[in-house]
Amino acid sequence: MSGIILRGRTVVPGTAEGEALVSHEPISGWGGIDPARGVIIEPRHELFGVCFAGKILVFPSAKGSSGWSGFFQTTRLSGTAPIGMIIGRISAKSALGAVVTRVPAITDLDADPCEVIATGDWLLLDNSTVEVTKR
Amino acid sequence: MFLTDDEKRMRDGAEGDAVAAAMDLLIRYGFALEAERLCDIRNVAGTMTQPSPVKARLVAEGGWDKAFAVINLDSDLDLSIPSMRVPTCQLQQGFGPDSVDIVPYPPANVALQEDAESFYGRHGVNILATCTPYQVGNLPLRGEHCAWMESSAVIYANSVLGARTNCEGIASTGAASLTGKIPCWGNHLDANRHGTHLISVQGLRVENFQDWGLLGYFAGGVAGEDRPVIVGSISRPDLTELKHFGAAAATSGGVELYHIPGITPEAPTVSAAFGGDAAVPSAAVYSPAERRAMYETLNEIGSCADVDFVLLGCPHASVDQIRRTAELLDGKRLSSSTELWIMAPRSLKVVADRSGYTEVIERAGGRVLADSCPAMSRAAPAGTRVFATDSAKQAHYLPAILGIEAWFGTLEECIDAAVTGRWNGELN
Repeated sequence: MSGIILRGRTVVPGTAEGEALVSHEPISGWGGIDPARGVIIEPRHELFGVCFAGKILVFPSAKGSSGWSGFFQTTRLSGTAPIGMIIGRISAKSALGAVVTRVPAITDLDADPCEVIATGDWLLLDNSTVEVTKR
Repeated sequence: MFLTDDEKRMRDGAEGDAVAAAMDLLIRYGFALEAERLCDIRNVAGTMTQPSPVKARLVAEGGWDKAFAVINLDSDLDLSIPSMRVPTCQLQQGFGPDSVDIVPYPPANVALQEDAESFYGRHGVNILATCTPYQVGNLPLRGEHCAWMESSAVIYANSVLGARTNCEGIASTGAASLTGKIPCWGNHLDANRHGTHLISVQGLRVENFQDWGLLGYFAGGVAGEDRPVIVGSISRPDLTELKHFGAAAATSGGVELYHIPGITPEAPTVSAAFGGDAAVPSAAVYSPAERRAMYETLNEIGSCADVDFVLLGCPHASVDQIRRTAELLDGKRLSSSTELWIMAPRSLKVVADRSGYTEVIERAGGRVLADSCPAMSRAAPAGTRVFATDSAKQAHYLPAILGIEAWFGTLEECIDAAVTGRWNGELN
């Protein structure tokens, strides 16, 4: 089944295929996730208590502490990392975070990924494109 | 990304494997940012010594060289770490040996960190051990390119000092410390330093520590990752107020740079704050209603008025904040069910000790602690369920990190809670 194709700019090269987890709110690293479990722990967050391990994480931007990249690096070292990242707007935190998580990542898409993609959609992230198959 | 001949030599190993790994990380990071080139820096603020379970495992496997390679350079190679190439400081870290009888914190972490301090000290890292290096002698000049992490320090360096740094992370600061380089992107470039959002304070006057924190929390929500410009009914802030304002704006949003025309160095006027020829956007108004909304958001986690723990000094306290705390506690005694900690840079704790402030606070039953904080070290007095703080940043983060309730108020209200064991704060 063919899906919607989004085009963007490669942040970390590579391909990943899997289920989308979409956050419409920015994500915090330090104080926002528990890297041991791969779970979002910010009480006011729409994904509070949700696990991102093994998912392709779709989010508008990174917020909060500069511990962001270190916390996502720890998810890689703990085996709880997302398998890809689709980032609405890149920043130093999320760029470095994607690099040290060492998962394929993309930004600057031709449509807002947080609107086009829904949690549960099946994604094929291939360098500078994302194929979205609606669930 | 363009590389100079020197940078290519580093990449190709002419200065050793560790420097080559550092350059490799900077190249991957520069690609991720779409940076055109690197810039030279001589001021790095990062973190290496802070204990963590992953770090303890790496040190057991291959010593601090291995821990630095994996965590600070994102490298899987066996590397021997050379001395820092440019001045580098350690930010806040875990608790030290003088906290052992006070803070419930694993002794193994204290020992691991002492070992780390010894290793990194030998490699030329200045162990400032504070989230506020700008309070203890690390004051970059206006226009100076730096590689700092710690969001509250980054926003202070950019906005108040006029230095230039992005909100770096553990690996980028590690790579910068061995190369003296960082991607020339974002806040390093003139075009990215102008205001994007105008915030106008109307119908109240922002003139104390709590109000600067509330305004910062609002500014972060309005500006997100962009650059707010604050105008209207404000008093002239001091260091502690801007420390609180910036930490709050970097917490509710991702603000790394703001301007206060007539006060911060890159904004002599409102027009200059927006870059001179750009149109000034219409203002988001900060009035008593917005102020109350921020206050209620920061207090929405609290329901129980029995306060176990009062936490002051986030970001790390100035000497003036320690002195004010001592004044308010002089001759008083904490409630038997409540503890009070004020966090400070170690070198300022020495000043507080020498000035007699620590003794006054300790006589009342409180503590002046250095190096760390409950959020960084995930440590609070045993049995804490409800805490009170004068810091918008801690009120935001600590409930998530420790699973406790929070009250946010003024220093006076926090001291009252410490003495009575009850929260009686309200927004005046």
